[in-house]
Amino acid sequence: MIPAPFDYKRASSAAEAIALVGEYGEDAKFLAGGHSLLPLMKLRLAQPAVLVDIARITDLSYIRDAGDHIAIGALTRHMDVEKSPIVLQHVPLLANAASHVGDPQVRHRGTIGGSIAHADSASDLPATTLALGATYVVQGPNGVREIPANEFYVGFLESALAPDEMLTEIRVPKMNGATWGFQKFNRRAQDWAIVGVAAWKRGNESGVALVNMGSVPVLASSVSQAIASGASIAEAAELAASEAEPQSDLNASAEYRVHLAKVLVRRALESTNA
Amino acid sequence: MGGSILGNRVLRKEDPKFLTTGGKYVDDLLDEPLLQNAAHVTYARSSVAHGRILSIDTSDAASMPGIIAVFTGADLGLEPKPSAFNPMATRTLLAMDKVRYVGEPLAIIVSETREQGEDASEAIIVDYDILESLIDVEQAMASTTLIYDACGSNVVFDTTALGVPENTGDNYFAGCEVVVKGRYINQRVAPCPLEVRGAAAAWGPDGRLTQWLSTQHAQGAPEPIAAANGVDVAQVHVKTPDVGGGFGAKIGTYPEDLLLGVVAKRVGRPVRWRETRSESMVGLGHGRAQLQYITIGGSRDGKVTHYQLHAFQDSGAWVDMGTILAPFMTRPMSSGVYAILNIECRTTSVVTNTTPTVAYRGAGRPEATAAIERAMDMFAAEIGKDAAEVRRLNLIPKFMEPHTTAIGGTYDVGNYEESLNRALEASDYAGWRKKQAERRANNASKQLGIGVSVYVEITGGVGTGESAKVEVIEDGSARIYTGTSPHGQGHDTSWSMLASEQTGIPMDKIELIWGDTDLVPVGTGTMGSRSLQQGGNAVYSVAGTLAEKAKSVAARLLEANEADIVLDKDKGIFHVAGTPAVSKTWADLAIAEKATGGLVHSDVIGVAGPTFPFGAHVGIVEVDIETGKVTHIAHYACDDAGTVLNPMLLEGQIHGGVAQGAAQALLEEVRYDDDGNPITSNLADYAFISAAEMPSVTVIHMETPTPNNLIGAKGIGESGTIGSTPALQSAVIDAVSHLGVRHIDMPTTAERVWSAIQQAC
Repeated sequence: MIPAPFDYKRASSAAEAIALVGEYGEDAKFLAGGHSLLPLMKLRLAQPAVLVDIARITDLSYIRDAGDHIAIGALTRHMDVEKSPIVLQHVPLLANAASHVGDPQVRHRGTIGGSIAHADSASDLPATTLALGATYVVQGPNGVREIPANEFYVGFLESALAPDEMLTEIRVPKMNGATWGFQKFNRRAQDWAIVGVAAWKRGNESGVALVNMGSVPVLASSVSQAIASGASIAEAAELAASEAEPQSDLNASAEYRVHLAKVLVRRALESTNA
Repeated sequence: MGGSILGNRVLRKEDPKFLTTGGKYVDDLLDEPLLQNAAHVTYARSSVAHGRILSIDTSDAASMPGIIAVFTGADLGLEPKPSAFNPMATRTLLAMDKVRYVGEPLAIIVSETREQGEDASEAIIVDYDILESLIDVEQAMASTTLIYDACGSNVVFDTTALGVPENTGDNYFAGCEVVVKGRYINQRVAPCPLEVRGAAAAWGPDGRLTQWLSTQHAQGAPEPIAAANGVDVAQVHVKTPDVGGGFGAKIGTYPEDLLLGVVAKRVGRPVRWRETRSESMVGLGHGRAQLQYITIGGSRDGKVTHYQLHAFQDSGAWVDMGTILAPFMTRPMSSGVYAILNIECRTTSVVTNTTPTVAYRGAGRPEATAAIERAMDMFAAEIGKDAAEVRRLNLIPKFMEPHTTAIGGTYDVGNYEESLNRALEASDYAGWRKKQAERRANNASKQLGIGVSVYVEITGGVGTGESAKVEVIEDGSARIYTGTSPHGQGHDTSWSMLASEQTGIPMDKIELIWGDTDLVPVGTGTMGSRSLQQGGNAVYSVAGTLAEKAKSVAARLLEANEADIVLDKDKGIFHVAGTPAVSKTWADLAIAEKATGGLVHSDVIGVAGPTFPFGAHVGIVEVDIETGKVTHIAHYACDDAGTVLNPMLLEGQIHGGVAQGAAQALLEEVRYDDDGNPITSNLADYAFISAAEMPSVTVIHMETPTPNNLIGAKGIGESGTIGSTPALQSAVIDAVSHLGVRHIDMPTTAERVWSAIQQAC
């Protein structure tokens, strides 16, 4: 419960943060809200030699209406996403998912960018932004590039970010006119999901992604394809785990997770939230 | 004339401090003069569950920055000592020849900072010859691998060794129309006090050892501390700062406490130790951990005539308190509230390669209650009768004189049917049954489950009385010295109420002193729900005697007959009856007595025996049939604790007790992998309950005073835990019983419920 020794650097801009991480290489990690990284460090499962604290880069905390999408600065706290009138109006699924992250203390400290960059398949926001077809803007020493959410998650706690790249903005398409559902199945209110589902539907168009159904957040493409081909929600939901490779762990067997995914996908798609 | 303060909802005197500046716990003693320049102690712990230690290499750790010293058991010359409960089981305070569970301490690091100690603990290299890990009792009994070779068996305690005959087996039930068998797991749980273990030790210039401890029983600590340090018990002074919860696991001392004085002497500096939460989850004792085989028999009309229980208690890796709870707490309570004339109960305690088990909130009685209540439910299901009605048919009728059960428990007073009636009525049991029937008829995806338990337990089973001293000082304020020890219960409020009632001294002018063995040398501590009925009773008695004593002093000062003196408790003054204008205050009397030893009275006040609180709980859950998810939606608790001193404190105990009992029924379980590695050693993995998982708890009033003490009080600290667990387990099973499910072990996790439904369908 006490981290291994590390150095601490504080950056005041994205460029400075990227330069600092470039200087220390793979031994350095960005520290935003700290609610994913610090627990791993306390258990000594992560032992970065240097932490580059980016939490005070205030110009990366914002929520803007950018026409066809909402632009969210990477350092925006979960509580701000949850309460934002812009997000509530145009991407209510994301606001709702943010309201399920951890507990109020976590939501006041943790950031959307930190959660996505940490790339934990058991976290709520990677899968939710995946379901919504978000694009992540990342900045590195050679400039800015965009990574679609469905190309971002490459392995367990592993993303397409280069070590010296920083996630700066999340662009989420507006989902106006869609119904949506967010299903988080857990033991206790503040726990990670045993299985979670973020889903939206507009006519026969839909997006469905799964939390904690494998080493990466899973886009349930088979479900969306079935709905596009005219299948009922109940029929489509039977395909929920087609793309998933769930593990057995302390909280659930793989078999049970598959069952839960089917039930929760059906419930999320049947939801009449709009 | 004002009325009595007793029985009122008096706000807690403690709360302003705890809610503003916070308590001062053992790790907060930064200003303590004796602890200046204290070094930090870190324990290096076993990373394997069972193995012979081939070597411990501390050289790398010793050369790390800030490391003052590193000691193994060999360095300290530690000798094996026998368990108090089985002399053939011996161990050293640090593991030397072998390790027996993950987390067992095996070396001590003394460092300038805690962080340096933690870093160095990772650099200690231990070479093990790995042995078979024995994780559960049946595996341990079947294996030829022995955890203590000298014991010759992994069974370390059995009621047959006490002369209790073995259970007679199935023949016992030959005359029964209905016989039902069950195998229940009363799972291992972690007490999880908010404050983890901590202690500090300093040798004073006078050669005495002062040890600060986070403990429930300071007066029990000097003896083992003196033994570990090789000094006379008079050389040990134990002090208790604020304690943030114990739940039984902080009754005794741990190796980590006992060795602090030893290393403080070696390094010539005071030392502090405070474990991390991850250490606490494997180092602080665990609770429950019983495997139960039951058979219950009776007639088809619902009368239970025969019951047989064989409880296998998991002792963990040491023969500690957990070992003896089954024979001495579970067994005498095994028939619970029921008039079962033929009963047999054998208990067998077994060592395993897991954290040692200790007393945990209820300590043996919840296990007894869970077994008989589950058995009653299965019996009711077998004959197709309502579970509440089958209970009613079998309850011991109301008794106001001691009642001895067939197993040999002698209860003080009981009115079980009344508690059941009140719980059923307050919960609208019939209404819930109607709603349940509607949902079943509609094939609803969320089904209702209704669980009932009726229980009786032992409180004040530890100790035969308690010490109290009350003194009034020259400013007219009072000090109470008590041998019990608060860690959340509200002793300051309760004891001040009792003393104020007797003396008329206002509560805010009463100070409570506890947990300091120089100031309070005699005490049995806080455990087994004994505080109010023994410690509070003693304060009430001693304060009353002091008031009488004070009358004789007042008589002398007022030059009157003692018999004519009255104490006006509203004003806190003494005068001759009928002439209040001439009076003496408590301060006057204290000043007058100063030269002759002060205005003080001290005594150890005995009680007539333990008490047997009882009650009934109704738990309501909603079960999602598709996923198995359980939601606890309502809870009704009728807990009869005798005469109630402060209903607010009583309700707090019930709320907390129900939460911990619900946690066992629904969520919590300490788990190990097959190699004995703990896999629930933090509060993310261990499903410690939170407020979000709790409904509002309806507390139902009932008071049947005990004759066993002056104030009529029985214990309430553990009742909520004892009544709620079986009610909730039963509710979960009830919710899916129409699908053919008869039993689900605790915790009733979603996957377990879902699997039970799949298997039944």
